[in-house]
Amino acid sequence: MRRALFWLALAAVLIALPQGLSLSQQEMLVFLTINILLVASYRLLTLTGEWSLAHVVIMGVGAYASALYAAHFAVPVPVSMLLGAATAAGVALLLSYPLFRMKGFYFLIGSFAAGEIIRLLWRRFREPFGGPRGLTRIEPMPSFDLGVWHFDFFLPASYYYLVLAVVAVSLWTLWRIEKSPVGLTFHAVHWQDSLAQAAGVNVRAWRTLAFVIASGFAGLCGALGAHYLGTANPQAFGVEQMVFVLTWAIVGGTATFHGPILGCIALTVLNDVVLRGLGLEQARPMAYGLVLILAVLFLPKGLEDLLARALRRLRGAGARTEPAP
Amino acid sequence: MSRALLEIDGLTMRFGGLMAVDGLSFRVEHGAIHGLIGPNGAGKTTTFNLISGFYRPTGGAVRLRGEAITGLPMFEVARRGVVRTFQHATLFAEMTVLENALVGTHMRFRPSIFAALAGLDAGDRRAARARAEEALDFFGLLGLAQTRAADLPHGHQRALGMAVALAAGPDVMLLDEPFTGMNPEETRRMMGLMRKLQAAGVTLLLVEHDMQAIMGLCDRITCMSFGRLLAEGSPAEIRRHPAVIEAYLGTGGGHAA
Ligand SMILES: Nc1ncnc2c1ncn2[C@@H]1O[C@H](COP(=O)(O)OP(=O)(O)OP(=O)(O)O)[C@@H](O)[C@H]1O
Ligand SMILES: [Mg+2]
Repeated sequence: MRRALFWLALAAVLIALPQGLSLSQQEMLVFLTINILLVASYRLLTLTGEWSLAHVVIMGVGAYASALYAAHFAVPVPVSMLLGAATAAGVALLLSYPLFRMKGFYFLIGSFAAGEIIRLLWRRFREPFGGPRGLTRIEPMPSFDLGVWHFDFFLPASYYYLVLAVVAVSLWTLWRIEKSPVGLTFHAVHWQDSLAQAAGVNVRAWRTLAFVIASGFAGLCGALGAHYLGTANPQAFGVEQMVFVLTWAIVGGTATFHGPILGCIALTVLNDVVLRGLGLEQARPMAYGLVLILAVLFLPKGLEDLLARALRRLRGAGARTEPAP
Repeated sequence: MSRALLEIDGLTMRFGGLMAVDGLSFRVEHGAIHGLIGPNGAGKTTTFNLISGFYRPTGGAVRLRGEAITGLPMFEVARRGVVRTFQHATLFAEMTVLENALVGTHMRFRPSIFAALAGLDAGDRRAARARAEEALDFFGLLGLAQTRAADLPHGHQRALGMAVALAAGPDVMLLDEPFTGMNPEETRRMMGLMRKLQAAGVTLLLVEHDMQAIMGLCDRITCMSFGRLLAEGSPAEIRRHPAVIEAYLGTGGGHAA
């Protein structure tokens, strides 16, 4: 009952959110929502204990693929987005063969190299990837009518609703996976891979599975962004963006599902509201670096831990003031 | 002679210049409790690592029901029915006791994403849980199901390692020093449980330094030293075997033989 109320209230807030915002703020909201899915999908991969540096490039694979399918094969945009996600998952499957021969640090470096190779291919081949300037004039999402509601997806508020729906369904999917026996197996692979193997778990196959699913959702994020922005280029999926994703995950904490999402929201607010308000947008990488260092020093368990402690205190206070039922 | 369930044939493992296991051969009969003993550093754990596929042997073969399983990855060996425990309490420390046992049911109830998303795995989840709880109950851990594995006392951690293996439904269990960290009372209880496992048709191969337990429990014992086979026989034969006595006393004992 309480839980249902919470979700209803959250849904109401999220639906009402664009109303009070300016156009540029609505645009930020679109990207924040996409980034939430991006970092949540990254967490699925980290469940198995591996941290990839290719996640943002894989997101780019989804963006490029979706844009190209829509442009060259006249695929309707919603379908091309799903195909883009599938392509990202497929590329991840291919990459998994060399990458999952490595673990830990070597996997990290290997994934970085793999990502850079993909970015090099985008730059090198003008056909079909558009070279260093990338793809422009990507097919927009066609507007559609839902009886009383008309959604013109050039408008950030409309696009936000589309993204919100897609991200909500995706997050729900990721959540179901994590809370299922599949998620338990991911945890097992992470915490004690030899014991998992002794119980018959094909550790490499399960790492690959997590990588492929996470990449599929990253690809979906890329596609969602590309058809809104209208462009996709190699610079948009570079190391700097990857560092942002890592920072969200680390600052938020990866022990819980909501940790990385908290990190993403907090840092986006810091960046887009505080820094932009002060006119210090150029300082974004520096601000992120600073936050990352401070978080590692003073908040090693992430914002999720801070939230958990705050909630506990709140509940504790509640229990003291209210007599037990 | 009946066909052995598990056959170790000329098994060899070299670490650099060290022959940790050196042409070791022995057979484990179906339904037996078979002991593998030897002084510290004799190569017992290495032998387990070779049988279970944790290491790939330098030479020799391991056969299960006559079929070579040499050099298969550990999960493949497990899927063929040989499940091991580890010498040092190796558990999913951050998970609850129940979750540990649930991972043990992985082979029987292979998790599927599609079933999980479509909500079609409710039956499997229930059955897996029942099986995990049964394994925990067998080792007297059911009351601790919601405890974090890392918070268990050492003896219980050993038992949980065995419960995870049991939940996997093995034909052969390889137990590496199962009685470590247990007091005499717990050891006695654990010995009873092993006889119960044997009665249920599970073949046990166990490494143990507690000679009283080994002698009281095993149908057959293989003794190794410096990677080689030293002696094999019934507990009574092994107890009297001069080479065994020599090996244990000669190296200064270490553990009471
Ligand atoms: N991975 C390894 N690399 C190098 N040497 C190893 C490795 N594993 C074991 N050894 C060596 O092989 C020999 C046999 O070790 P093993 O652990 O199999 O002995 P053990 O009989 O299990 O001893 P214990 O009774 O102390 O458990 C030892 O000398 C050990 O140092
Ligand atoms: Mg050992």
